[in-house]
Amino acid sequence: MRFQPASRYSQPPWLYPKPSDQPGEAASEHAAEDARLLDALQQAAFRYFLEHVDARNGLVADASRPGAPASIAAVGFGLSAYPIGVERGWIARADAVQRSLKVLRFLTDSDQSGTPESTGHRGFYFHFLDMESGRRVWNCELSIIDTAILIAGVLTAASYFTCPDAGERELRSLADALYRRVDWRWAQGAGQALALGWKPGHGFMNYGWQGYSEALILYALGLGSPTHPLARESFDAWTMTYQWENLYGYDLLYAGPLFIHQLSHAWIDFRGLQDRFMREKGCDYFENSRRAAYVQREYATRNPLGFVGYAADCWGHSACDGPTAPAMDINGRRQPFLGYAARGAPCGPDDGTLAGSAALGSLVFAPEIVLPVVRKLAALDRDDAGRRVLASGFNATLAGEAGGIWVSPGQIGFDQGLLVMMIENHRSDLIWGLGRANLYIRSGLQRAGFEGGWLSRRRLWRR
Amino acid sequence: MNRLPGDAAGDGDDELLANVAPPDWPPPVPKGRYTLLVIGGGPAGATAAHEAALLGAKVALVERHWLGGESLSHGSVITKSVFRTGRFYADMQDAEIFGATAPEVCHPDVRKAVLRARRVRQRVSQQFSAAKLKAIGVDLFFGEARFTGPDSISVDGLELRFSKAMIATGARRKPVDIPGLVEAGYLDSTTAFDVLSLPRRILVIGGGSGGCEGAQALARLGCHTIIAMSEALFLPGEERDSAAMVSQALARDGVEIHLNTTAARVRCENGCKIVDLLNDGESTTVSVDEIFVGLGREPAVAGLDLERAGIAYDAVRGVHVDDFLRTSNKRVYAAGDVCLEPKFASIAFASGRMVVANALFMRRRRFSAMTIPWCTYTDPEIAHVGMYVLEARERGIAVKTFTVQMHEVDRAIADGEEAGFVKIHVREGSGKILGATIVARHAGEMINEISLAIVTGVRLGTLAKVLRAYPTQAEAIRMAADRYRATRLNRWWRWLARAWLTIR
Repeated sequence: MRFQPASRYSQPPWLYPKPSDQPGEAASEHAAEDARLLDALQQAAFRYFLEHVDARNGLVADASRPGAPASIAAVGFGLSAYPIGVERGWIARADAVQRSLKVLRFLTDSDQSGTPESTGHRGFYFHFLDMESGRRVWNCELSIIDTAILIAGVLTAASYFTCPDAGERELRSLADALYRRVDWRWAQGAGQALALGWKPGHGFMNYGWQGYSEALILYALGLGSPTHPLARESFDAWTMTYQWENLYGYDLLYAGPLFIHQLSHAWIDFRGLQDRFMREKGCDYFENSRRAAYVQREYATRNPLGFVGYAADCWGHSACDGPTAPAMDINGRRQPFLGYAARGAPCGPDDGTLAGSAALGSLVFAPEIVLPVVRKLAALDRDDAGRRVLASGFNATLAGEAGGIWVSPGQIGFDQGLLVMMIENHRSDLIWGLGRANLYIRSGLQRAGFEGGWLSRRRLWRR
Repeated sequence: MNRLPGDAAGDGDDELLANVAPPDWPPPVPKGRYTLLVIGGGPAGATAAHEAALLGAKVALVERHWLGGESLSHGSVITKSVFRTGRFYADMQDAEIFGATAPEVCHPDVRKAVLRARRVRQRVSQQFSAAKLKAIGVDLFFGEARFTGPDSISVDGLELRFSKAMIATGARRKPVDIPGLVEAGYLDSTTAFDVLSLPRRILVIGGGSGGCEGAQALARLGCHTIIAMSEALFLPGEERDSAAMVSQALARDGVEIHLNTTAARVRCENGCKIVDLLNDGESTTVSVDEIFVGLGREPAVAGLDLERAGIAYDAVRGVHVDDFLRTSNKRVYAAGDVCLEPKFASIAFASGRMVVANALFMRRRRFSAMTIPWCTYTDPEIAHVGMYVLEARERGIAVKTFTVQMHEVDRAIADGEEAGFVKIHVREGSGKILGATIVARHAGEMINEISLAIVTGVRLGTLAKVLRAYPTQAEAIRMAADRYRATRLNRWWRWLARAWLTIR
């Protein structure tokens, strides 16, 4: 690698690594191998949305473990993944339409009464639903952000399936109706910014979004709604809690877990797009996510807590599954393990668990540092090259039963969906193209104050 | 009645009382109208009385209980002494990291720790001694003060008149209204240090900074500690990263944290205290041996007859004051916990001094212009000074934060104290320091440098020029300043420097 961040001393912005810093010969040397590897990983991840789906209502399971309920976020990822499967020839177009239609019909007809056993309320849905009946399980909350992921998937499907035949026409009209019925304004509750969730009989959960988070997509959809649009001020209220930081010498809008820097970028091409905050800082959200990947790599290189396996080509802290073993002495320090948790770098929490899928999710931002991670992780598991990348998390500090490292069993829908989409955006720009073509998303971004990039190109061309 | 209950014999409490509440203190003879009459001898009151007397004013100080206030009797000093024991014990368990073997049998001796804390308190009480105040000319009265008119009070029947007065009665613990708690029995900050053995399991109700500090110390001493806080966020007043770092530290020490949780009911069964906890409408039950309640404090305004002096107040905010700390009665000022938020001893000291300047010397010092550092004494500590990022952004200031992780600092690595960071918030482009947050083992010591910089108007670029002994943990501040300088070095300056080096 040509570029090594010299964060111990100083790092003026003109020293930040640029995409052109990819080592030339090395890249071509690996190009064929990388393409093959990415294709295999993407297809393996895509398979999740064929295998863990209920045949009757099309709901997608939250995780591959037996008995897992459906998660509406996984449904959204599934709806976004089918177009990719069609383009890559992994699934027939008619099959994809049928699968999408099934779940859209289910959602349309679902019980929206908001009672404890219903499916949703005011166009929002409960986070986890029973795979068969589609009703709320686990006493879970009506999830605002997961509904946004679902709706993003719904709109992606509608933007892709544009044929005039009956099935695709029905799909488009159902999708439009589902989006229009979400009452975003209601989710503001008493305050300006959106609430996290709502529980029947209890009301809004009493804290909102604070600081930069994965909610960009949520605000883009909420502000773009033709029926229940959020007030512009809601976006300002949220961005008011941002913190622009210089970390390890990089200027960025910090958030610890990587998925925060990735989720909204799965659907929206943020290259060159600036809202008021990013204009003030001379940056954009895409570049920001790129820097976040570098900060994560820098943290793993330093490895202050001395975990096994961390290196410049092995990093990625995010929300992921981890061991639930009792606390253990590591380097003389008592280390508890967190199970499924949002891990972050450099401010933690960190229990030695990395997520290969989290690093790979940053592929589109910083391929020059992500591809070495993928290569290394793939090489470590020779017999099953995708195991460590596709698993929700792995912990090399904690040895598993077989003496090897601990790897999260099975897969989680969220990771698989993000992977399929991020690899696709890196390879072909398909999903970003669909997002750019969607007028709701465009208007939502414009109402949030975004300018530049593809938003302004289109405007010039119209004139 | 001032005596500490429990096993207090021979540990120096007599000397403590001789300082803070001498048993046979003869009430002074009132000397006519006092220039400054101070009600309450805590940090704010004692400081103001001391300062005014040194400047030659005729000063009276009325104290209800002990000089030194909550801060001395049950607050900062005694708790920090016990935290020191907790930290030492935690360090001993980490002995292996530093190349030593922890002793086979290693039990915390709570009795000795508490007695040590009391000795510490006795030492510190010398600063608030009644004799010293008398020596510089303060008329010190022990008793309950009540206003009898706009310029007079009575102390146990004795009438005192003043031209300026200051209310510094501090704050008292909020009453608890959890059904069954009183019957089951509980500890609070007053009674906690009378306990000379450690319960096996303890529930801490209330998640303010005090609750978190206490929970961590208890967990380190080997108590299974559960903390239940009604707030949905851990330490809601702090920036998220700092709070997250401390919550991780607590979790590592074995504290079980329940956010968004209130205690609904307490009952006793087989010698255990069974508590029903309520979270978002869902109930869980925990069984513990002891309950510690730290629900915060409220201003001590009751029993002062403030209405008679025409002083506006309410039970939540306390005495109403303007930015110059004057009450609605223009002769009367207030300082410290009775009127100010947040309730910290450092603020009490500073506001007491401010009142002397404003009330006696016609100064116009504003409370809002004060730069106040404060610290939460968990391990790592959280220290803060100046503005938070959110405050700055709400005022429309473009703010940028320079962060240095403690694991980048050589001395912190050498000390094995790598948890935490230094965050310095500056106005973008100018380097004017708006505030700072430090999370580190010695954050409270490190924040003072930033406090000095803010008060004197020193900018972040200048801090890069200040040499520090190497290696020290405070070097993190220099590193943040270096990062700031690096971002100032833009293409234009680089071009200029190159041009100069070429033609030179």
